[in-house]
Amino acid sequence: MSYCRQEGKDKIIFVTKEDHETPSSAELVADDPDDPYEEQGLILPNGDINWNCPCLGGMASGPCGEQFKSAFSCFHYSTEEIKGSDCVDQFRAMQECMQKYPDLYPQEDENDEKEKSSKDLEDTPVEASVAKEEKGSS
Amino acid sequence: MLCCRLAALGARRPLRPLGPAAGNLLQRWNVPIGLQMSRQVASSDVPGGKGSSSVFALIMGLSTLGAGVYVYKTLRENKERFTSRVTTITARSQENASSPGAASQGSAAPEAHPEVPSHVPFLLIGGGTAAFAAARSIRARDPGARVLIVSEDPALPYMRPPLSKELWFSDDPNVTETLRFKQWNGKERSIYFQPPSFYVPARDLPFVENGGVAVLCGKKVVHMDVRGNMVKLSDGSQISYDKCLIATGGSPRNLPAIERAGKDVQQRLTLFRKVEDFKSLEKISRQVKSITVIGGGFLGSELACALGRRARTRGLEVIQLFPENGNMGKILPEYLSNWTTEKVRREGVNVMPNAVVKSVSVSGNRLVIKLKDGRKVETDHIVAAVGLEPNVELAKSAGLEVDSDFGGFRVNAELQARSNIWVAGDAACFYDIKLGRRRVEHHDHAVVSGRLAGENMTGAAKPYWHQSMFWSDLGPDVGYEAIGLVDSTLPTVGVFAKATAKDTPKSATEQSGTGIRSESETEAEASEVPTSPSASPTPRVPKEGEDYGKGVVFYLRDKVVVGIVLWNIFNRMPIARKIIKDGEEHADLNEVAKLFNIHED
Repeated sequence: MSYCRQEGKDKIIFVTKEDHETPSSAELVADDPDDPYEEQGLILPNGDINWNCPCLGGMASGPCGEQFKSAFSCFHYSTEEIKGSDCVDQFRAMQECMQKYPDLYPQEDENDEKEKSSKDLEDTPVEASVAKEEKGSS
Repeated sequence: MLCCRLAALGARRPLRPLGPAAGNLLQRWNVPIGLQMSRQVASSDVPGGKGSSSVFALIMGLSTLGAGVYVYKTLRENKERFTSRVTTITARSQENASSPGAASQGSAAPEAHPEVPSHVPFLLIGGGTAAFAAARSIRARDPGARVLIVSEDPALPYMRPPLSKELWFSDDPNVTETLRFKQWNGKERSIYFQPPSFYVPARDLPFVENGGVAVLCGKKVVHMDVRGNMVKLSDGSQISYDKCLIATGGSPRNLPAIERAGKDVQQRLTLFRKVEDFKSLEKISRQVKSITVIGGGFLGSELACALGRRARTRGLEVIQLFPENGNMGKILPEYLSNWTTEKVRREGVNVMPNAVVKSVSVSGNRLVIKLKDGRKVETDHIVAAVGLEPNVELAKSAGLEVDSDFGGFRVNAELQARSNIWVAGDAACFYDIKLGRRRVEHHDHAVVSGRLAGENMTGAAKPYWHQSMFWSDLGPDVGYEAIGLVDSTLPTVGVFAKATAKDTPKSATEQSGTGIRSESETEAEASEVPTSPSASPTPRVPKEGEDYGKGVVFYLRDKVVVGIVLWNIFNRMPIARKIIKDGEEHADLNEVAKLFNIHED
């Protein structure tokens, strides 16, 4: 059982695991997924890519940012059977650019980048995880 | 300028030997000469005037005349000197204008581009965390953007938290050179946000194809012309801009007692803020026998713990003194502050709370700190961590408002000060829609506000909404993350469970795979929250010896949760952020605490 004490204006409650096993009765306000003020995940509500997502790190803002953006956009909007198979040129341009900056884009991470782009967007890549949108509570 | 000042001094000098007459003359200068003469004539015509008064009047008249002649000559010399200087300056600038032209007539040599570009679309004043976050945000949103960072610090942009934590725990003997820190999970990274190759040289910024971010190090912006959209640097160069961010941060405060103390004391003092302070303190910690940290907040406590850890291996005495009752006395409720103080003591620090410094002096080769209650502390070196003074010198020339309650530049909810000027980071006093006007001095706030400023500089017009968080580790066993208004004067409700070996900051970073905790929590997602009614448990008499191992503390203002501390529990920041964002009155905070699953890993 939990118990509490008061120290002046501060209340202290000690709880055991069993005390907290019952679900919470606290009510949270439902989230609006289209709230323009909220920080968005990787994909914006309108389907565009959020280049400012913290999950991308510095990929879209560095010296190879433009190449990265064109390659990733191409992949994102690609409707081919093998997604992104029509984007080889953009990926090659990106790779060439990244090879010019080995301290920014170390060799191993560059391969990870290609893996990341070729996987489904929902998967978690090695370098950075993809932020999922917060869903409203029922 | 100098010649004018000298001339003024020269003009003053002959007046001084005249004594009282000089005072009269100074007053008379405001009156036209004609009136002066008529007054003198009038006074000498006063009936009953003796011969001495007319002689006196004659002396006065002659001295006035003499002074007048002297002043006239000096002013004329002044004007001649002024005109000759102006001609030399214009001649020189014409030469300068022609010489770059001559150089560019050759090949496209790098010397042709001036070191400081004369115009940039995005100018960021200050080269710290907020500026870097803004640069990244601008580049992400505006393709090909050209961003110039002007930083007084000679180093490229870096993050500060490791300077008082991780860098001290490194096993690398060259850590002061590499500035790389190994996180608990073994992953290593540099304190620098990006290596030098990320940046474009400033002189190439206007010309490079896809734009980029350039940094001018070791240069200070000393004057801001808001009407002309232009700034002046310490080296005399001028830069005009389209959009400007002020992210000048702050400078460490000093104690008045130490400022009065004299050079001998100042030489044995560190005001800790920058990379160079870390390097010098690290060196000093290996040379001296005793270091005293003054200040009981985040920086003071973290440094005391970091030094305390070294104390054990090197026989260094570490003392920490502050006026509050316990470490983090202004942030944590008293019971938690006391508990934290005990932990800091266990890290090897001699903590002296309720200590107010009265004076500091040098005796022998040691420092003697006298406290107001009569105690004396003998030590070799002092580290002062007594607060941050926001750098608002530009407010004067720019005509920007400075906040009188919190300090810093006053900006609106969108971090805007004027049409093309935004402020972010430690120097920004902004309006938080949920929590009211405030100024925040934490790393994640610099990142969040910098990023927001960058978004708004590229047209987003978004207010401060995503609540920033902060964290602190006091040794490997005690760590907490917090969000919102965490002020110990507010009433609090704390819900605690007993900690297991798994609940330490060490394991938190191991699980999330990142070092800086603000990164880890931006990547996490908020889990779906089940809501169903349940009966709340009845209170009982507390047992003795309860430990505040892990739990959550709610800070209330008018019954609404405005701040939350996650005590030794990690990766739950999204739910804490949600509760503050909702701003609801919750009848039973124990129910709210259930949302945090404090008993789990």
